[in-house]
Amino acid sequence: MAQTLTLLGIESSCDDTAAAVVRLAEGRGTVLASVVAGQTDLHAAFGGVVPELAARAHTEKLDLCVEQALAQAGLGLTDLDGVAVTAGPGLIGGVMAGVMCAKGLAAGAGLPLVGVNHLAGHALTPRLTDGLEFPYLMLLVSGGHCQFLLVRGAEAFTRLGGTIDDAPGEAFDKTAKLLALPQPGGPAVETEAALGDPRRFAFPRPLLDRPGCDMSFSGLKTALLRARDGVMADGALRRQDRADLCAGFQAAVSAVLAEKSRRALADYLALAPADPVFAVAGGVAANRAIRAALEDVAARAGARFVAPPLALCTDNAAMIAWAGIERFRLGHRDGMSLSARPRWPLDETAAPMLGAGKKGAKA
Amino acid sequence: MATCATLTLPLPDAQATARLGARLAPLLGRADVLLLEGAIGAGKTHFARALILARLAAVGRREDVPSPTFTLVQTYEAGDLEVWHADLYRLTRPDEIAELGLEEAFDSALCLVEWPDRMADLAPDTALRLSFRPDAGEGRVVTLTGPESRWAPVLARLANG
Repeated sequence: MAQTLTLLGIESSCDDTAAAVVRLAEGRGTVLASVVAGQTDLHAAFGGVVPELAARAHTEKLDLCVEQALAQAGLGLTDLDGVAVTAGPGLIGGVMAGVMCAKGLAAGAGLPLVGVNHLAGHALTPRLTDGLEFPYLMLLVSGGHCQFLLVRGAEAFTRLGGTIDDAPGEAFDKTAKLLALPQPGGPAVETEAALGDPRRFAFPRPLLDRPGCDMSFSGLKTALLRARDGVMADGALRRQDRADLCAGFQAAVSAVLAEKSRRALADYLALAPADPVFAVAGGVAANRAIRAALEDVAARAGARFVAPPLALCTDNAAMIAWAGIERFRLGHRDGMSLSARPRWPLDETAAPMLGAGKKGAKA
Repeated sequence: MATCATLTLPLPDAQATARLGARLAPLLGRADVLLLEGAIGAGKTHFARALILARLAAVGRREDVPSPTFTLVQTYEAGDLEVWHADLYRLTRPDEIAELGLEEAFDSALCLVEWPDRMADLAPDTALRLSFRPDAGEGRVVTLTGPESRWAPVLARLANG
């Protein structure tokens, strides 16, 4: 029996405030409306966005976003089957504002409430955009995240590995900063890299010699600084040197992501999925060199490569509505006791390991 | 202003920065605030990570300690001690500190704050300031400065290797 479900999604866990309406009909999801309260005009700060910390500001924007999303979808609250909201992880003020807003709407309209993990929203997006079947391999790679997830079900995620320090998006931003390129750093570094020689500077490939899928990008900053200072003359950096530095940096990030993807794919293929898929989501997947490297790794492993459109890879509420639909179908409902969780690892088993056996530091 | 204790240490490589974090970790507690200053790539996050990992390891825990640049604040529980790791780089106004809940945390947690210049004069007077800068070669130098009453014994222990 085909089930039709229409959910409102609300997202305010980090820098953006968003609302969306998504419908499941005949097994496929459709985004009826997706509104993100713009931060696009605030490019000056680090990472391209200025964080919205004030819960009050989130609350004001949320009301407007919900109103707009419903108007764009041509629906009223009574046409909905439920309200989904990001309950974490994220900045506590924003998450609380979203949860309060969702509770108010759900209580007022007599609708079920579904709390969603923000990362589950990202991880389930390829099901909305490409109708993927479980299990698939997911690489979340953005400004704040970098992890490999085995997605076995709407509530079943296994973390195969991830960055132990900076995310690649952050490394791109900081590289741009160190080389006096504009923010956001991703596109600026990529443009320069296209003009450079990736072999001139030998940047490290951190953790490549270690087994597993963990990554490290923080040390690249130090390597880049040294290389930069080594070629600067009279406090000036020549154009070609800068391009070569960008090309070398991008090649290092690309090589690490490709090799770790190869290992994650091997783990995933051991599950013998019927239709193997490697899904990559996040702003970093928009980098053409990195994307080509990951496509190549997928092809060699015999897995289909899927990258949802960028608008659904950055923070948005359509992914929250969709993840809400997935949980709703599994019978999941949250009551008015739903609380905001600033920390909420997707894979609870991979989170803190108790009794790791390490001795305390020497005083 | 209270008399300050000060100590300058060479940090020839990343391991030395990590060792300093691990050595300082057991000497700290609730309501201690560390202000980490220095340019991008100076080793602030590396130092903070080593300190937090040492504190977690002392209670048998091991967790990822990601960069807080995007999330602004990461919190950890090391036994009874709550540890806050904040990166204020993306803040534009000191009043945003209040929204982060950082002022309450100064009293109730061990706080490591990167880019403390963003909070102007909101930093507590009792804080220990760590200033990381490059040395003449490929290493770094760090200068630790804080009110004598709290920090002189701590800096003395660090100075005695």
